[in-house]
Amino acid sequence: MSVLDINGLTVSFRTETGRVYAVNDTSLHVDPGETLAVVGESGSGKSVTALAILRLLGEAGRIDQGSIHLEGEDLTALSELEMTRIRGNRISMIFQEPMTSLNPVIQVGRQVAEPLVLHQGLTWAQGLERAHDLLAKVAIPDPGARIRENPHQLSGGMRQRAMIAMALACSPRLIIADEPTTALDVTVQAQILALLKDLTVETGAALILITHDLGVVARYADRVTVMYGGRIMETAKATNLYRDPRHPYTRGLMNSIPSLDGPVGAALSTIEGQPPDLAHPPPGCPFAPRCSQRQEQCEKQVPPLRRDGERDIACVRHD
Amino acid sequence: MQAYIIRRLLALLPTLFFASLIVFVSMRLIPGDVIDLMLAQNDIVTTQDRARIEAALGLDQPVMSQYFDWVGGVLQGDLGRSLWQNTPVVDQLWATMPITFELGLLALIVALSVAIPIGIYSAIRQDSAGDYVARSFSLVMLAVPSFWLGTLVMVFPSVWWRWSPPLEYVRFFDDPIANLSHMIVPAILLGLSMSAVTMRMTRTMMLEVMRQDYIRTARAKGVSEHLTIVRHALRNGLIPVVTLIGLQAPLLIGGAVILEQIFVVPGMGLLLLEAVFQRDYPVISGIFLIVGVGVLLINLLVDLSYGFLDPKVRHQ
Repeated sequence: MSVLDINGLTVSFRTETGRVYAVNDTSLHVDPGETLAVVGESGSGKSVTALAILRLLGEAGRIDQGSIHLEGEDLTALSELEMTRIRGNRISMIFQEPMTSLNPVIQVGRQVAEPLVLHQGLTWAQGLERAHDLLAKVAIPDPGARIRENPHQLSGGMRQRAMIAMALACSPRLIIADEPTTALDVTVQAQILALLKDLTVETGAALILITHDLGVVARYADRVTVMYGGRIMETAKATNLYRDPRHPYTRGLMNSIPSLDGPVGAALSTIEGQPPDLAHPPPGCPFAPRCSQRQEQCEKQVPPLRRDGERDIACVRHD
Repeated sequence: MQAYIIRRLLALLPTLFFASLIVFVSMRLIPGDVIDLMLAQNDIVTTQDRARIEAALGLDQPVMSQYFDWVGGVLQGDLGRSLWQNTPVVDQLWATMPITFELGLLALIVALSVAIPIGIYSAIRQDSAGDYVARSFSLVMLAVPSFWLGTLVMVFPSVWWRWSPPLEYVRFFDDPIANLSHMIVPAILLGLSMSAVTMRMTRTMMLEVMRQDYIRTARAKGVSEHLTIVRHALRNGLIPVVTLIGLQAPLLIGGAVILEQIFVVPGMGLLLLEAVFQRDYPVISGIFLIVGVGVLLINLLVDLSYGFLDPKVRHQ
């Protein structure tokens, strides 16, 4: 059974100019020990999908349709209290900004220990002991001293390691990492991702890795979901997607990766146009206005996500 | 840390020097000096009498030499004698200071216990009916002067219910309940006027803090909404509020002067008011010296409290 199974998820936000649908009819699943990368540009709905899983959409956000099953249990049907027992316990999340995601006035050890105290009934003393081990596990040097330090005494990379330690504390079944390395130095990025990948494989947890970096996807993901304009364009095994991208948007993305083998001085390939305005989405395929291969029907109706062997794809050309 | 405190205390000296100089000189510039008042009361009119009194009170000296005499006395713990009662100013201050301190402390307790919970509520229920009521209330408290409210509290209950707040001062250690029932009304009025700004600041800071990434992290960890506020947001949100409380200390003393007058609280404020009317220069200078030291010490305490609230400050 999949750890997480999302079916037909639609999420909207109330704004001053009306409802904005940030995620539309999205379906995906992750299996135990698997890493699913969710790729897309800003506003494609990838972070909103993640927050919807944890039901942390804020007051303006709402799940309009669809189901989110965690090991068979529908999260959309749970009460807020039941959700607090799942957050940080069976699902944990790592955020993009390690510099601001830790509480500046609470010692690192207590922040790492907090989920254990909340969910496993440990005392703070026991929790801090476990926090020590967790910090050691994420390769933070001198964890004994670090647990008593405050976040500003740690570097960005160390803080993100502390966030990972916090996320792993209760051995969650699913870890969602939302651009975990975007704010870090390139040299630290690879270490953090390798650590995250190793630890999820070790614990058998599923990992959803949200990123816009296709290089990250190629190295660490088992499967890839490509999102655009709040919809899934294509989901495939990482190797298949790289070898044979089928959706015009996926191809556009692949082509815009600069290559070291290409001719020197050649212009980078780009996708013409702008991402859709989610407050006024196009009636058909969200990518249609920018698609070089669009047909008449692309602009009239949204192509459904269809299964083709091991791949899901939403494109009329792919019938 | 000790070196820091000593440095800060030494830095108080020049401030106090200039503040006392300004008070000392400006008091003597007010038309109608103490001798005129004394003469008017005693029907003594000859210039000889006038010169004799002046000499007896030491007021025949030039202002600057009077000032340095006074400073010399202050350095030896002698604040001079009242020109009217001929009692040492130090004794008068010892008798009145604890009363004003009690009033200020009670007012501070009232202010914080009103401002902080309402400020937090207002932030969490932003734009709700309760938030609007709280914000309107704080605007009213900002706009309405406490002497006016004080007068209303004196007048209306006695007209409507034939009840008025007790006006007889009893020492706290003699009868705590009688003491508090006298002090609580002026303390509430003083506290409410102080709570207005503090409440708005608490609300603004809590709104700001609740938007921070680490609050989202806390929620993603499964921390309940209540604990998120208490454990993760409050301490961050209160750091600027503490500064504000320090800045409001002089207002507290200014308010005490007026409310002590209305509610007949025999504190430093009442003493100051009488001294100003009578041009009792040594008493005025003594009170301003104490108020100055008090305000500066409160601000020092506020700065020191950052170290406990904000770990970043502690390590610098």
